[in-house]
Amino acid sequence: MIETIIQGLLLGGLYCIFALGLSLMFGVMRLTNIALGDQIIISGFIAIGIAAILGLNVLLIGICILPIAFISGYLFQRMVLNPTLSKDPLPSLVVTFGLSIVIQNVLQEVFSANPRSLDSGGLNTESFSIGADLHIGVLPVIIFITAIICTYGLQLLFAKTALGRSFRAVSDDKEVAELMGMSAKKVYATATGIAFCLIAIAGIFQSIRTTVAPADGPSLLLFAFEAVIIGGMGSFWGTFVGAMVLGISQQIGFKFDPGWGIWFGHLVFIIILFIKPNGLFPKTKG
Amino acid sequence: MSSAIIETNKLNAHYGDAKVLFDIDFKLYPGEIIGVLGANGAGKSTFLKAITGLLKVSPEMYTLKGKHAGGMEPGDIVKQGVAMVPEGRRLFPSMSVEENLLMGSFAGRKGRWDLKAIYDLFPVLKEKRNVPSTSLSGGQQQMVAIGRALMSNPEVLLCDEISLGLAPVIIKDIYDSLPNIVSDGMSVVVVEQDVTVSQKCSQRLYCLQEGRVSLEGKSDELTREQISQAYFGI
Amino acid sequence: MNAEVVRNTGNNYVGIGLAVLVVIAAATLPLWGNAYWMHEFVNIACFFIFAMMWNLLAGYGGMVSVGQQAFFGIGGYAMLAMGNLAGFNPFITVPLAAICAALLSYPLSKLAFRLHGGYFAIGTWVISEVIRLSVANIPAVGAGAGTSLTAFRGMDRTMRQYGTYWIALACVVATIVLIYLFLRSKQGLALQAIRDSEVAAESQGINVKQMKLAVYVVAAFGCGLAGALYFMSNLRISPDAAFSVNWTAFGIFIVMIGGIGRIEGPIIGTILFWLINHYFSDYGTWYLIGLGSLAILMTLFAKEGIAGLTHKRFGWDVLPTKRIFKAS
Repeated sequence: MIETIIQGLLLGGLYCIFALGLSLMFGVMRLTNIALGDQIIISGFIAIGIAAILGLNVLLIGICILPIAFISGYLFQRMVLNPTLSKDPLPSLVVTFGLSIVIQNVLQEVFSANPRSLDSGGLNTESFSIGADLHIGVLPVIIFITAIICTYGLQLLFAKTALGRSFRAVSDDKEVAELMGMSAKKVYATATGIAFCLIAIAGIFQSIRTTVAPADGPSLLLFAFEAVIIGGMGSFWGTFVGAMVLGISQQIGFKFDPGWGIWFGHLVFIIILFIKPNGLFPKTKG
Repeated sequence: MSSAIIETNKLNAHYGDAKVLFDIDFKLYPGEIIGVLGANGAGKSTFLKAITGLLKVSPEMYTLKGKHAGGMEPGDIVKQGVAMVPEGRRLFPSMSVEENLLMGSFAGRKGRWDLKAIYDLFPVLKEKRNVPSTSLSGGQQQMVAIGRALMSNPEVLLCDEISLGLAPVIIKDIYDSLPNIVSDGMSVVVVEQDVTVSQKCSQRLYCLQEGRVSLEGKSDELTREQISQAYFGI
Repeated sequence: MNAEVVRNTGNNYVGIGLAVLVVIAAATLPLWGNAYWMHEFVNIACFFIFAMMWNLLAGYGGMVSVGQQAFFGIGGYAMLAMGNLAGFNPFITVPLAAICAALLSYPLSKLAFRLHGGYFAIGTWVISEVIRLSVANIPAVGAGAGTSLTAFRGMDRTMRQYGTYWIALACVVATIVLIYLFLRSKQGLALQAIRDSEVAAESQGINVKQMKLAVYVVAAFGCGLAGALYFMSNLRISPDAAFSVNWTAFGIFIVMIGGIGRIEGPIIGTILFWLINHYFSDYGTWYLIGLGSLAILMTLFAKEGIAGLTHKRFGWDVLPTKRIFKAS
């Protein structure tokens, strides 16, 4: 049982990174990025492509991809998503939904439907033992630690830095924030830039840990979403906890029957949505 | 007579297809306190929105420090030294008192006003600096809103109905502190519904009625009757 | 001054007249057309009804759902279950299956309405996935691989095709007429008020919760109807086909390209969609890339869709639901 819970926590680490991207964009600009899962998958494919062409190791690929991710996110927000932002959630939902379909089919066209993975030189199979019975994979631990660093980093960014204050300001009251001299357009773009970095990291991890295939995106979006809702909106640590709960639920489900893992996660999500609609750690926000 | 720091020339403004401001001529000189009066819906807040850039107007209709400013982004207008205390305070709910004040200095203008100066002006805020802004009383929130606007060291301070929802004693306190604020040549536009307060604290008055200027003159020369007529349009 | 509130304009009557002629012509199709066209029509009818429901939810009700395929699939499976397992005549099961979908939507709304905006959208998708996974575990309806509709065994093929076609035609006409009447009614006005501002609507005494629930249930009924119809026509169902998010994708594309918040929007969108489908769907992924990109471009640059653009340009309003104040 302990092993299942630990596996669940580690899986939760990955889900946390998925969820932080969703949570960040929603927190700053009330924008739900339906293409999140597909963007994670395409990041994986890009990483695989870079590995194939340049032959770099995984860490270097990660470092190279981050600035590209930030710039892509920044431009994407400024040129495509900013115009869709208004009180009406429809335009941004349709655009990101359309993007999701486009990404899936472009990937299918270019790479065919076969799953691929990123070679990490055996990192995905290494494990260490605690005691005689407990074997834990090295990669899941790395992912988990990364999740903690990302969550803590975002929390710190929002609470203590000027950039974080500008995120909170435009989220609280865009008009007044502009009266203080902020450019909401630029602030939103920066937030999405950071979100894309998280997406890139998630994509690399996903492609190392397992495979990526063009149609995988939507499931990842649903996991990210469930983690955010279970944890409660308005708090990054809440999202972290939500991801843990989801990961553990899925692992418990897997243990009963390999086909039940995801279903069990959905079940826990539904139960929590029903009894605690604002999540486990809701932040009372206007 | 020095030249006007803010001047509008036949300013017209629209919300979508609806015209809301008609041919407004307005002048604000450095160091002045001007009152803008009018009933609800007269166009006072809309006029301020045009001045701050939240509502776009044609370039030549609005001149700020000698340059055409119609159509400029609010961020650029703020950098030029125009700050607003918005109607209803509109503090950032996710921030503490001090964080709200810090947001005011985002535009990076240097001057007399910094955190220490604001705390000297409103000592109660210093005690509550780390408290969430939403937990303050109405009067204290108004102080934060004013302090936040001052933090940008503006040359022009726009106050949109700062007495709304406040007890008369608090209103008096706040308006009594106005001379302290204005001492270094700052211009202030005070938008109010209350005629007495408006007349008392300002040197010149404009009255708006249905989006038009219905009266203009020196505060101590205008009679109650003149103002009532202009206010209600009778 | 003489003032009156006008409901219809001149070209509106022309439009309705034309529509009636088209329906009469369509009803006679089995006599002069072939089976292929009847089958095509039924397929397109399903897309159309689904799109009209999505339009009702999002364009009028202000609720963007990415999970309507849940009810589409429920409609299909309910029809199949009643036909295969309970021995009902499939023609009767179509409206019954729609009722099943509507009934199920009531408890599901309790869940979905805990979310709002974009998270409501994804929430409906999760709900749909849960239903898909659950149905894929029911052996009686073929589990993950799906199964065939056997309830038509013993019926003459022509009768099945004619019957399916006429039911589809009836459903299309009923959908348009009922939605048109609803939107022109007091309830329809209330709905549009809610879409514009929930708070303002509530303050006018409109029961927002009830209204939204009503729209959600009606949309579920419509999607269930479309699903039952689709799988009755295609004789085979599987969880992946029934609960595929592509249904919503096509619905969104039809509405956004045709024109959201207008009744003629989905009509135009469906015709366009059928044309694109007919000529390009062999290109598989490129076809979807094209549709997706078109929907994105329309949303960014022509949010009102084709029907909205023609309304702005030419003032056309074939099935108007507005009240126009005419003073003379």
